[in-house]
Amino acid sequence: MPTPQLIYLLTGCALAALGLFGALAHVSLLQRVMALNILGGGVFLLLIATAWNGPGAPADPVPHALVLTGIVVAVSATAFALALGRRLRETRDE
Amino acid sequence: MSNLLAGIVALPLAAALPTLVWPGAGRPLTLAAAGLTLAATLLLLGEVAAAGTVTLVPGGWTTGLGIVLRADGLSAVLLAMTAMVALAATLYAGRYFAGDPAERHFWPLWLLLLTALNALFLAADLFNLYVTLELLGLAAVALATLAGTRAALEAALRYLLVGLLGSMAYLAGVALLYAAYGRLDLAGVAAAIGPEPAAAAALALMFAGLLLKTAAFPLHFWLPPAHGSAPAPVSAALSALVVKAAFYLLLRLWLDLFAPVAGAGVATLLGALGAAAVLWGSWQALRASRLKLLAAYSTVAQVGYLLLFFPLLAALPPGPAREAAFGGLVLLALTHGFAKAGFFLAAGVVQRHAGHDRIAELDGTVQRLPVTSFTLALAGVALIGLPPSGTFLAKWQLLSGAIGAGFWWPVAVVAVGTLLACAYVFRLLGHLFGNAVQPAGRRLAGEELPPLLLALAAAVALGLFAAPLWDLLAPLSAPGPRP
Repeated sequence: MPTPQLIYLLTGCALAALGLFGALAHVSLLQRVMALNILGGGVFLLLIATAWNGPGAPADPVPHALVLTGIVVAVSATAFALALGRRLRETRDE
Repeated sequence: MSNLLAGIVALPLAAALPTLVWPGAGRPLTLAAAGLTLAATLLLLGEVAAAGTVTLVPGGWTTGLGIVLRADGLSAVLLAMTAMVALAATLYAGRYFAGDPAERHFWPLWLLLLTALNALFLAADLFNLYVTLELLGLAAVALATLAGTRAALEAALRYLLVGLLGSMAYLAGVALLYAAYGRLDLAGVAAAIGPEPAAAAALALMFAGLLLKTAAFPLHFWLPPAHGSAPAPVSAALSALVVKAAFYLLLRLWLDLFAPVAGAGVATLLGALGAAAVLWGSWQALRASRLKLLAAYSTVAQVGYLLLFFPLLAALPPGPAREAAFGGLVLLALTHGFAKAGFFLAAGVVQRHAGHDRIAELDGTVQRLPVTSFTLALAGVALIGLPPSGTFLAKWQLLSGAIGAGFWWPVAVVAVGTLLACAYVFRLLGHLFGNAVQPAGRRLAGEELPPLLLALAAAVALGLFAAPLWDLLAPLSAPGPRP
């Protein structure tokens, strides 16, 4: 019987691997940015899974704080990449 | 007294916000912040020389919750180098960007870049290192876009995506280490870590991410276009400082954290990547058609020399030979910082005056820009490693250590790399000092002075006055957890 932690860990690994593949395999900016976000989601899920302290026990708060910071960074980086992509398209059209 | 540590991070950050609101005040504010930061890093250097390690625990939060800032000899010398290069590039940038609409964006981003660099050198736990790495990456990419050309934007976008991939790999490693040891502070993890699968996987992930950010061969593909198409002061900071920051983290983790995990195989792999980088980077620099591309490929090669030290350090037991090699490694990183910053700033002057930086069309530049041509030659001396540059001393340590330990392949790589470096520097000098008649020479202009001072530091000062470096770094060369 797999524990919930194991399920989270495996899902995180699978998402990270999927994201890594996508980031390397795709050429289009939007696909690559989305792939990097999926990779990030997988890593965050890994971190969340480490917080589990067994059934009934309170979860470790530190990984949650880390993931929160990571999400902020990922959102800013995504916004920046999209803005750069848009500027690139405008420059191309001129 | 350790409030210096807070000041070194807070000064550029405190100046970044007002420059965003009042772009007109950007230049004086940045100059003041860069000058004060330099003073603080020099004071810190004195404290570290006296005490060994300086630590600050802001707010008194205990380990596990709070942010700890920590400086030892390695961080202190890199902070001092960063502050000196930053001040010179700030002085230069004031003239470079005069009248350019990009100037108002430059100052706040520049200060954020300096904040991120300083915070990275002082961070003492794995997660803060991740945050500073991301801050550094975002600021660096934003600065790289300032040229506004299509080539610059494309290079910056690739730089951003590569940087994100690198930080995500690093963060996955941090997650594994936290899962295995329940700690994030470097000292705590270092005390607990052992040769376990989780630690080995974390090592692989973190090193892969950092090698990508250090532009180690064959993960260097993003560097030449990004460094070659940014504005001159930005290229200088990217090549001299940002790449060094990722390398510093790699070295720090390898020495302090992963010593029980990383065997000789890891060091040999890093050394092999370094050897390939030296040969490939130098060859590409020799073939480069543009001055800034030459400088960027030369950075790829110089990072290779830094990686060449790893198998040597792994083979040497703690003792005088290892201390000598470690000092050589740090001296090489410092010298390259000064030399490459001076080179890129001087290349910016050449580009401004000629309107282009195609090497083949720069014949006779010395008649118009005698001081800048001299600066490029001096920086070239430091890139090749001729005496009395710091690179000469560093390569000497690498060679004598490698011969002493019976490693012959790094000796061959250094010999071929140095010959190639001679070739690419003298090919450039052949054009600069060529016979084509140019309009008469000019007196020293303000923007020519900062690169000249940087090149002098690399080619003369660091070679002649670097001895105290070894005293400062000797306690750090042994692997394992720090007290």
